[in-house]
Amino acid sequence: MTHEALQDLIGSWFQELEFTSEESQFLNIKVPPENLHALMQQLREHPDTRFDYLFCLSGVDWGEELGVVYHLESTTKRHMLVVKVYTADRENPEFDSVSDIWATAEFHEREVFDFFGIRFTNHPNLKRLFLTEDWEGFPLRKDYEDDVNMILH
Amino acid sequence: METEVLYSNFKSEEYFINMGPQHPATHGVLRLLLTIDGEIIKKVEPDLGYIHRSIEKMCERDSYQQIVHLTDRMDYLSANINNEAVCLAVENALQLEIPERVKVIRTIIGELTRIASHCLWWGVMGMDVGALTTYFYGFRDREMINDIMEETCGARLTMNYNVPGGLMLDIHPNFVNRVKEFVAHFKTKLPEYDRLLTGNVIFQKRTVGVGVLSREDAISFGASGPVGRASGYSCDVRKHHPYSAYDRVTFEEALRTEGDTYARYLVRIQEMWESLSIVEQLIDNIPEGEHRVATNAVIKLPKGEYYQKVETARGELGVYIISTGTKNPYRLKFRSPGFSNLSLLNHIAVGGKIGDLVATMATLDLVIPDIDR
Repeated sequence: MTHEALQDLIGSWFQELEFTSEESQFLNIKVPPENLHALMQQLREHPDTRFDYLFCLSGVDWGEELGVVYHLESTTKRHMLVVKVYTADRENPEFDSVSDIWATAEFHEREVFDFFGIRFTNHPNLKRLFLTEDWEGFPLRKDYEDDVNMILH
Repeated sequence: METEVLYSNFKSEEYFINMGPQHPATHGVLRLLLTIDGEIIKKVEPDLGYIHRSIEKMCERDSYQQIVHLTDRMDYLSANINNEAVCLAVENALQLEIPERVKVIRTIIGELTRIASHCLWWGVMGMDVGALTTYFYGFRDREMINDIMEETCGARLTMNYNVPGGLMLDIHPNFVNRVKEFVAHFKTKLPEYDRLLTGNVIFQKRTVGVGVLSREDAISFGASGPVGRASGYSCDVRKHHPYSAYDRVTFEEALRTEGDTYARYLVRIQEMWESLSIVEQLIDNIPEGEHRVATNAVIKLPKGEYYQKVETARGELGVYIISTGTKNPYRLKFRSPGFSNLSLLNHIAVGGKIGDLVATMATLDLVIPDIDR
């Protein structure tokens, strides 16, 4: 499906979505956190979208907000889509886990938790993946202070 | 004196063992925490991070030319393809017109890299299941490719031959002849691989029907590369999202439907044949021209987001760049193939034996720095 057709279809499911194709090769959807899981489920199941392949899941620190970016592709229809979700709560950021929809999300969400401190509700095994359990802070956040000064100068 | 009974019976019970981080079959510093009952695996939990270098954080500090160097150190067996991924992302963002010569050379070197990687994999695959001889044959042929790389790129493993805009240097005058020599040589050696290992009864007993991954699970777990294709999932980035010169060569995507360890083995063997064919199609037709187009000394990507996929020897590598218009990326994420392929290990290893786990892991072809980044 083209970007326009996707936008028309997905826009009819939920009211609160924001669409943009600027500054990106994909159609981008900004979804409120409370609708994230329902939207993802629908994108995976709907016969016209069938986004069965989550090929990238990235945490991003946008400065004010923290967010997660989901890159989706359909292996049958070969169209692609980007879904973004944001939260302004830097103390206790939390989104619904999509690991029940795509199994690959389980590891990717653990990585995001490890480096950004974003929690995922209903995740089967949410704990640090790369860093040790007693590590303080979340290194890929922009405000992370690295006392040893090993990475950023 | 009364004795205390600590265990009342010797029924089977689950216990943990550590496999790694120094286990020979993990090919790097990966630790697997196995829950086993006798010899049957109940759960595999990977423990990662032994060589995490925070490459993504370093990228936020570095210029785009510097980032290319870091990618060598992720999947070091596909170093050139990793370099290419970042260069393509930057070139697409800058909308640079890349000379045909560059595209063809990148494709040839990419395919040679894939063969070299698969040679190493084939050697250690045999070794993991107890056939030590394969190691020497695999390394013998890989050595020829390394020598070609050394002559043209100046390095054998971490080539760093790509720069945003093209290639660092033009190819060495000997390049074409040596590649042709290698292709002729390797065509006589690949059938030997089959005679030595593929048809071996012991090898087949260790691999057929072991570690089966269904097509649906392959997609759900984000499997890519030979792991996905052995489950009948057509996921070759070179076919579906062609880059460089892959749109002008003909090759067959190696697909099988069994999804077991043996199918993953056969897919990689077939991929070596296909890679030879791609190299043959291009080696006599390298267009004349520049090996590089000029870029600004300080590269600033326009504000926006860029995503580039490539097919490394292990599967789909994604480079996701968020730029705010400065000389560094605001955020750079590597979607590495090994990371997703590792995540399905628990799924396919449970219920099997520890020996099967070794064979299964060998065909996932994990490179730990690629997972740890």
